[in-house]
Amino acid sequence: MREAYDRVDLTTEHMRDLAHQMILIRRFEEKCAELYSAEKIRGFLHLYIGEEANAVGVMQALKPDDNIVATYREHGHALARGLPATEVMAEMYGKASGSSRGRGGSMHICSAAHRFYGGFAIVGGGLPLAVGLALADKMRGNDRVTCCFFGEGAAAEGEFHESLNLAALWKLPVLFVCENNGYAMGTALERSESETDICRHAQSYQIPAAAVDGMDVLAVEEAARDATEKIRASEGPFFLENRTYRFRAHSMFDAELYRAKEEVAEWEKRGPLVQFKRWTIENDFLSDDDYAMIEQDVAVIVNDAVAFAEDAPWEAEEDLLKDVTTPAAAVL
Amino acid sequence: MRRITYRDAIREALREAMQKDERVFLMGEDVGRYGGAYACSKGLLDEFGEERIRDTPLSESGFTGAGIGAALGGMRPIVEVMTVNFSLLCLDQIVNNAATLRHMSGGQFSVPVVIRMATGAGRQLAAQHSHSLENWYAHVPGLRVVAPATIADARGMLWSALEDPDPVIMFEHATLYNEEGDIAAEGPWAVDIDRAAVRREGKDATIITYGGSLPKALAAAQTLGEEGVSCEVIDLRTLRPLDTERILSSVANTHRAVIVDEGWRTGSLAGEISAQIMEGAFFELDAPVARVCTAETPIPYARHLEAAALPSVDAIIAAVRRTLRR
Repeated sequence: MREAYDRVDLTTEHMRDLAHQMILIRRFEEKCAELYSAEKIRGFLHLYIGEEANAVGVMQALKPDDNIVATYREHGHALARGLPATEVMAEMYGKASGSSRGRGGSMHICSAAHRFYGGFAIVGGGLPLAVGLALADKMRGNDRVTCCFFGEGAAAEGEFHESLNLAALWKLPVLFVCENNGYAMGTALERSESETDICRHAQSYQIPAAAVDGMDVLAVEEAARDATEKIRASEGPFFLENRTYRFRAHSMFDAELYRAKEEVAEWEKRGPLVQFKRWTIENDFLSDDDYAMIEQDVAVIVNDAVAFAEDAPWEAEEDLLKDVTTPAAAVL
Repeated sequence: MRRITYRDAIREALREAMQKDERVFLMGEDVGRYGGAYACSKGLLDEFGEERIRDTPLSESGFTGAGIGAALGGMRPIVEVMTVNFSLLCLDQIVNNAATLRHMSGGQFSVPVVIRMATGAGRQLAAQHSHSLENWYAHVPGLRVVAPATIADARGMLWSALEDPDPVIMFEHATLYNEEGDIAAEGPWAVDIDRAAVRREGKDATIITYGGSLPKALAAAQTLGEEGVSCEVIDLRTLRPLDTERILSSVANTHRAVIVDEGWRTGSLAGEISAQIMEGAFFELDAPVARVCTAETPIPYARHLEAAALPSVDAIIAAVRRTLRR
């Protein structure tokens, strides 16, 4: 981490908040991994562990009225956006009290109230939607940014290029956030892209772009504040490349044959939580006691989320076909 | 009454929708300055401007997805994809996003987008501009699929589709654009897109069809009528959800069914309709259900080969006669 951050509110309160959010995501997901082994959570489970600084940092720059489009690795984004841990956990369980009534699961956390349009699980498939949301806002005169998260693997998809071109051509208020964790499932960036500098793709579409250390939450927040300010001023898109790393496997089925344990260990030394903890203590924002209190508080939230999910009802099977289409009574 | 073409009807419907609801806009390849690949939007750019008659790059997935996103964002977009063949480039957006979002979000999001596309053969455009893939979309829960076959439906169905809170795929058969017909001088134009339409009443056999095959079915029914065979012709109008009730009640009256579908026979919509008749009206049948579909080949260029591949009036007449054992 750096010595100074220009655009970040360097107060104890804010540091505590960032620490709390990142630790919540970490402990929540560690619990999810445990629950997966216990077969409470099934399907795919893509953990964000190691990448927490990105969702938390970017969200600081977004307003409640902004839109968010995320990927299938979106538990962290949902929590950082303020979705209740209870509803997110119940969704993991597939319960009716889940954020998507148990129809989405880990990969499709949605919340209209948070303008969280969901986890999209086709790589690159969320980008055109983000462009459309921003187009609607521009046409309706809404002062709103649409923030679209995706991985570096998406850069190989046609939808990535089509969307960047459209957003630039139509000067749409989209913040593209590429969370570059180095691997598209098991394929390293340099094994799949002729141009490994992702920002250059954006620049080729005349979109201003910046790369940021995705293991440093303050750097991410600073970059996101800068980006959203530019978007709100110019009504054109901005592209952030967050260089980050996933500590856990791609999903629970991944044997991790494609990378060395030493590489993971090396990145873990620069982990977003350890770095931030060291920095906030060295700079006298927070103490070990503060961290102990945060851990305690987070443990309560996670336990409550699990208890909520355990107790939550299952959707009635008779309601299987509900919401395949919109009931006539709900016509907008 | 006044006489207009199918193309005029679509254009009038577009204009009316734009006038009635400021959330409506049209986007697609060459819809603006060019006036639409089939000239459906000719003149609309001057009337409504570039924001609402929005030319797009050749990025089917990008702009169709943007239409879906704009619908999520409170607009009522009409996305024009030049032909169903090109729509395979945006199949991901339609099937994985538009069709799933309502259910996948537990009912939180609706996607009120209308995606129009031309379909079908008959203009010697060969194997990449001529296919009928309506059944691919009709397979997918979460979508409504409509196919206006008459001038009146071309005039009225767009607004009905826009009023649907869910994604609607609208198929316009390319050979219909120049068809002329009489419609009422003034509206209302709204079409009941929950119901199939009986285009000709009859008692000896039911011909079930939609879109570009309707004129052929009506011509066959006319010829058969002159021979004393009375055919009922049902225009499905909506391919998903199917108006099963109307299909079954007609078959219960005529006891014979011939399905005309420009899709390939294998895995066709005709196959689905046939199965529904087996399930719901088996004991009413006096003959096996017959299907008239496109031959199992990519559509060829040469005129005589293309004609040989497609459902023809003669083939429909022969199929009806077979069910009557004549």
